[in-house]
Amino acid sequence: MSFNVHAIKAIYKFELHRFGRTLMTSLFVPAITTSLYFIVFGSAIGSRMTEVDGIPYGAFIVPGLIMLSMFTESISNASFGIYMPKFTGTIYELHSAPVSPLESVIAFVGAAATKSMFIGLLILATAHLFVDMPIAHPIAMIGFMLLIAISFCLFGFILGIWAQSFEQLSVIPMLIVTPMTFLGGAFYSVHMLPEPWKTITLFNPVVYLISGFRWTFFGKGDVAMGISLTFVAGMLAVCLTVVWWMFKTGYRLKK
Amino acid sequence: MASILSVRGVSKRYASGHQALGEIDLDVEEGEIFALLGPNGAGKTTLISIICGIVNASGGTVTVDGHDIIRGYRHTRSTIGLVPQELATDMFERVIDTVSLSRGLFGKPRNDAYIEKILRDLSLWDKRAAKVQELSGGMKRRVMIAKALSHEPKLLFLDEPTAGVDVELRRDMWALVRQLRDNGATIILTTHYIEEAEDMADRIGVISKGELVLVEEKHALMKKLGRKVLHVRLSEAMSAVPAGLADWKLALRDEGHELEYEFDTHAEDTGVSALLARLGELGIGYKDLNTEESSLEDIFVSLVHAPKSTAKGEAA
Ligand SMILES: Nc1ncnc2c1ncn2[C@@H]1O[C@H](COP(=O)(O)OP(=O)(O)OP(=O)(O)O)[C@@H](O)[C@H]1O
Ligand SMILES: [Mg+2]
Repeated sequence: MSFNVHAIKAIYKFELHRFGRTLMTSLFVPAITTSLYFIVFGSAIGSRMTEVDGIPYGAFIVPGLIMLSMFTESISNASFGIYMPKFTGTIYELHSAPVSPLESVIAFVGAAATKSMFIGLLILATAHLFVDMPIAHPIAMIGFMLLIAISFCLFGFILGIWAQSFEQLSVIPMLIVTPMTFLGGAFYSVHMLPEPWKTITLFNPVVYLISGFRWTFFGKGDVAMGISLTFVAGMLAVCLTVVWWMFKTGYRLKK
Repeated sequence: MASILSVRGVSKRYASGHQALGEIDLDVEEGEIFALLGPNGAGKTTLISIICGIVNASGGTVTVDGHDIIRGYRHTRSTIGLVPQELATDMFERVIDTVSLSRGLFGKPRNDAYIEKILRDLSLWDKRAAKVQELSGGMKRRVMIAKALSHEPKLLFLDEPTAGVDVELRRDMWALVRQLRDNGATIILTTHYIEEAEDMADRIGVISKGELVLVEEKHALMKKLGRKVLHVRLSEAMSAVPAGLADWKLALRDEGHELEYEFDTHAEDTGVSALLARLGELGIGYKDLNTEESSLEDIFVSLVHAPKSTAKGEAA
């Protein structure tokens, strides 16, 4: 048994099952939130601001909306997936099982990323009800979504291992990720900002993620696609390193 | 017989600075039932957790089935099944799902027939579709046992499996343990009930304050520790033990109101009936009789307070 495929399957199935229990809320919440954003931003603001960079405002905000939901859903699902066993004590079984760190990560992050992809696509489908959405590069779009889902699920996984209370679990998404997303050009183009805000905003990594995703729809973004991809790859690399280090040292996992 | 578990110089200091284990050396033979006894906080769970991979040892090595638990963790962990002391299961899952999950985690392909057999053995089959949270405490413990058995382990750890369990389940559980042993499994259990250890185990280890103070074959240990005291409440106080009772080692207590006789419960002849007959012959009346057994706690206390060298010497 060089690779414990049965364990990966078991955890993956178990996690999806856990999502299945809350399927209705998992699906309704993003669908309703998206619709609300459309009503508020798309209709109210969109009626005054018809185009951004030559793209109808309603369509322009869709990539940002998808990213916003995927960031938060990925982080919360992945962090809960590993935090709950720690909290209830069932983690003992994972520790006592012949499962390598890599296998745990594949299973937990894989399951959470699956759910995130599902939610991302659901929001896209909901958006279609409101606006015409061109997709310039469909394969790149799916690939980018997948990278984002994996990166943020990894980040959530790390958060779940690090967190020692439910408060810590929610504080990072609430206080850092959501504001960074709002300020990262989810609902506007960075070019619309006056200096010095424009330069300051460029320090926000989320800008590059949203811009890259927007590129897959409209063929253009705030920054070049290469830079966006570099940021995604960088985030993935940092998260993988941290996870590897956590398992190696048993950080907050083993006594 | 080969030893399936070999612990060498294992120590543990928790992050809090607490030294939970000194330096433990222990060998467990394949196919035996080994009982680990010790007062609360002695380090039983810590030792088991290290062997199972839940807690990292601060020093020493552990070998299970010929493989080191760190370098050969795939092999050792698939060999081991653990029923932890604390009840911890996924409350929202169905019984059968959580048991199947365990089998997968331990790298075994799906086997519905085997899972059914375990659930039937543990009288859980009727509850297989119930959510774990709907079960009673004792049934939850059975679920924990089913999970531990789901991957057909060769070495099974039961950490206080009978805490909070009724008489019937306790009996079923021990029957199951014997059956597992007969099928070749090795079982290591902890308990606070000496009768249980006495009933089940082949060998007994006593751990106290992180030190293994004694490891002994059960019968030898019981003989050594199985002492009882008979208290005879006299109708009339006496000032000295009568000469006619010199054959028994008696002590006079409570200002001459009570005779005390210490005897070996495992001896062919405990001398109790002869003593009572002699009391009758001598016309010594008594109001009440009672016997007192040295409890497990007493044994711990005596072992813990005895200087380490003597305790080890006795064990040897
Ligand atoms: N995570 C921890 N951090 C610090 N100290 C701990 C930790 N876990 C256990 N200890 C301490 O280590 C010692 C041994 O604990 P352990 O749980 O191994 O005892 P035990 O023999 O299983 O006791 P019991 O019969 O109560 O189950 C105790 O003093 C306990 O307080
Ligand atoms: Mg314990």
